[in-house]
Amino acid sequence: MCLGIPGEVVEIQEDHPDLAKVDVSGVRRTINIGLLADEGVSCGDWVLIHVGFAMSKIDEEEARSALEFLETLGKAYQDEMDALRDSQID
Amino acid sequence: MRFVDEYRDADKARALAAEIARLCGPGREYKFMEVCGGHTHTIYKHGIEDYLPENITLVHGPGCPVCVIPMGRVDDAIHIARQPGVLMTSFGDMMRVPGGGGNFFDSNAEGTNIRMVYSPLDALKIARERPDVRVVFMAIGFETTAPSTAMTVLRAAKEGLENFSVFCNHVTILPAIKAILDSPDQRLDGFLGPGHVSTVIGCEPYRFIVRDYGKPLVVAGFEPLDVLQSIYQLMLQVRDGRAEVENQYARVVPWQGNPTALKVITEVMELRPYFEWRGLGFISHSALRLREEYARFDAERLFDLPGVRVADPKSCQCGEVLKGVLKPWECKVFGTACTPETPIGTCMVSPEGACAAYYNFGRFTRARVREASVR
Repeated sequence: MCLGIPGEVVEIQEDHPDLAKVDVSGVRRTINIGLLADEGVSCGDWVLIHVGFAMSKIDEEEARSALEFLETLGKAYQDEMDALRDSQID
Repeated sequence: MRFVDEYRDADKARALAAEIARLCGPGREYKFMEVCGGHTHTIYKHGIEDYLPENITLVHGPGCPVCVIPMGRVDDAIHIARQPGVLMTSFGDMMRVPGGGGNFFDSNAEGTNIRMVYSPLDALKIARERPDVRVVFMAIGFETTAPSTAMTVLRAAKEGLENFSVFCNHVTILPAIKAILDSPDQRLDGFLGPGHVSTVIGCEPYRFIVRDYGKPLVVAGFEPLDVLQSIYQLMLQVRDGRAEVENQYARVVPWQGNPTALKVITEVMELRPYFEWRGLGFISHSALRLREEYARFDAERLFDLPGVRVADPKSCQCGEVLKGVLKPWECKVFGTACTPETPIGTCMVSPEGACAAYYNFGRFTRARVREASVR
């Protein structure tokens, strides 16, 4: 739950500008980007996601590094990814 | 992969450890607390203590949101779940946290419907699709997850949902750090500041630690080299007699935090006069509840809660572990009566809990050997 997982923004929803589709290690899910409204988020940006919300923007190198690191955590990361897979935010 | 190597390279870790060792004064002991459970996880997973000189001790802090939930609140959640037509939701980590009368799985075996969700927005979706049930989201976590709960409440208000509410258990990290600094049983030389909480609150709020207590704090990233680099920065400050807030994790944490997230928390939530933390007891102004304007989404007002304070089992020493007074393996039931499969205390439940981290990664052997040799 406290793991921040990096995702790449692949689509902003036109009818709900607070929502965006992100790609996290090949898993595509919808998250809320409203907390980054002041900074602005565009397709191709990388964000750190906590419980379905983008909390901060990061660069691509940091995202890849963070993902590699999370994979070393084993079960804790797997559980987080399983939970994300089950998520159906809309 | 260059970047990955840069942050995980063992030679770099050893070089950094050597620099840290050079900063150690003769005969001096150093104690630093890592506030965040994510750091505890890294420290044991990657054996950070194996790199450090023996006179540097890392003390685990209270920054594991599941670990600090008192048993009475679990019982209150189960009480809500037992009400007719209620579907309770929470994060997966909560499911095995023991209350006075068992955990959520035990409760479901007796007929309640408590489901795990990834996000409060998933709970909201269930409420939208199931107008026949009252969906309650048990919200837990520090400032990292509080904005998400607040945003979800705002969305529920906008949509006019009448069957969604939040059982709010959000806590704030600063009063807990202050409680530890005020506690007579703990002498610390500095703090590794929590990485992800700081993306929300920024670095400025830690100023009181350096100003009022004269202790340095370095906001740290989660890679092994981040942790070592942050310890190095702390050691430099101690050597120079400085106490400053530094941000080692600037590539993720902006100094000012996330002002939008802070604004949303303040709009929807207010500080409680006091809140019980497992192990730390009652701490003033240390937790959040929904504001009066959002009372219709507040499960605490919608349901009559028993609110009974339940003492931890006598054998459980999570409190001492959370304050950093005891190392996990010094607890009487660690690894015997209390294991990740059958946890007695919360520190054994969450992967961020100090006991689970020790248990899973077997890093306690070295410390035990060290202790044995001292005896």
